[in-house]
Amino acid sequence: MQQKVVIVNTGCANISSVRIALEKLGSSVLVTADADAIHQADKVLLPGVGSAGAAMKSIEQKKLTNVIQGLTQPVLGVCLGMQLMVSRSEESQTGSVSCLDLIPGDVVRMQVGTKRLPHMGWNTVSATAQSELFKGIPDNTYFYFVHSYCVKPSSYTLAECHYAQPFSAALMKDNFYGVQFHPERSGEAGAQLLRNFLDL
Amino acid sequence: MLAKRIIPCLDVRDGKVVKGVQFRNHEIVGDIVPLAEFYGSAGADELVFYDITASSDARTVDKSWVSRIAEVIDIPFCVAGGIKSVKEAGHILEMGADKISINSPALMNPELINQLHDEFGQQCVVIGIDSLFNEQTQQYEVYKFTGDESRTQQTAWQTLDWVQEVQQRGAGEIVLNCMNQDGVRQGYDIKQLKAVREICNLPLIASGGAGESQHFEDVFTQADVDGALAASVFHKGIIQINELKKHLATAGITMRVPFQKK
Repeated sequence: MQQKVVIVNTGCANISSVRIALEKLGSSVLVTADADAIHQADKVLLPGVGSAGAAMKSIEQKKLTNVIQGLTQPVLGVCLGMQLMVSRSEESQTGSVSCLDLIPGDVVRMQVGTKRLPHMGWNTVSATAQSELFKGIPDNTYFYFVHSYCVKPSSYTLAECHYAQPFSAALMKDNFYGVQFHPERSGEAGAQLLRNFLDL
Repeated sequence: MLAKRIIPCLDVRDGKVVKGVQFRNHEIVGDIVPLAEFYGSAGADELVFYDITASSDARTVDKSWVSRIAEVIDIPFCVAGGIKSVKEAGHILEMGADKISINSPALMNPELINQLHDEFGQQCVVIGIDSLFNEQTQQYEVYKFTGDESRTQQTAWQTLDWVQEVQQRGAGEIVLNCMNQDGVRQGYDIKQLKAVREICNLPLIASGGAGESQHFEDVFTQADVDGALAASVFHKGIIQINELKKHLATAGITMRVPFQKK
């Protein structure tokens, strides 16, 4: 059966690539900020690039905070979308912004010593817990990352990546999933992960 | 481990790829989509499309080809050339590009870097720098309008100062095109890239001079760049990306391994 996927329109510019990736896998995709349409979707995707402060402001202006918090179908946050799922983020002009609080955790600036930020490029991801999201994806599979903030490993971490320090490459609590990398830009590995999400 | 990136660059004019690209023994000039697909499946880590129509004339350039690439590709790609405003950048990102690369317009209006950073986030903003070593002054100097020889001009910037300026203004990555080496396939400008690496805390991409696999090994091991960009060696089939990556992996450089389903 064809999956109805809604990409929550958080107001950021580049939603096209994730829409195209999901359509290629056979799902019908709607990009919207309409609460009813979001509720009715089989799967919900929370995209995002930019800063957490600006994205939360946009979500609040669109009155979507409660809508997203009340969802019971599988929800996947991608990159900043994952970071918005935790409790708080340092990435704002004030140094702290409340996020959607779907998964316990904090977003902090990456401490990388002499390494470069943003953490940009292909890095290895290994699952740290059993989950359907990483079905068929072996440890040390490369995914494409681009970010300067991260969520440290916790009991909600599904997969880890290492860049100067370990951090959460994927998180999960209940029906909420988040990935720090960009599956839509991670070739076959990313397609496998999105397929797994659609199969949940 | 974060892998070092191999980045083919394709020149686009009026929505078509120009310069021949050797593709399964025959040359393709024109259709952008099969070339994007070809490089995607050949193991490229990222692609750059450089619109050579753009920066050197004032008319609005049709960029609809960007969305055709976004339809077929599943690795990151960057669009360079002729992006002069936040609005134009936004349009290209909406069509599915992951990053936009700015060169001459940033030199004419450095504030544009801050605006792009604030609007789209640091990760989208690549700054291209064309740098020439001046034998007389023994300095690296920044040039603009290098897409059109008749308009190419030296700027007042020394390269190391401009690198620091763009970092402070919120760039997310720097592509350093070393003009002395460009097109001659005698190797990347290791000395210059090392000098820039020392002051650059952003991802740094080497451009200009690749002629053989050893040149890639040298630039990664000696200048510690994050990625290496090249055009003609890939288009002419002088270097196959998968063979290059094998060579580099054997030399101890971290390369992305293709996905194998468990």
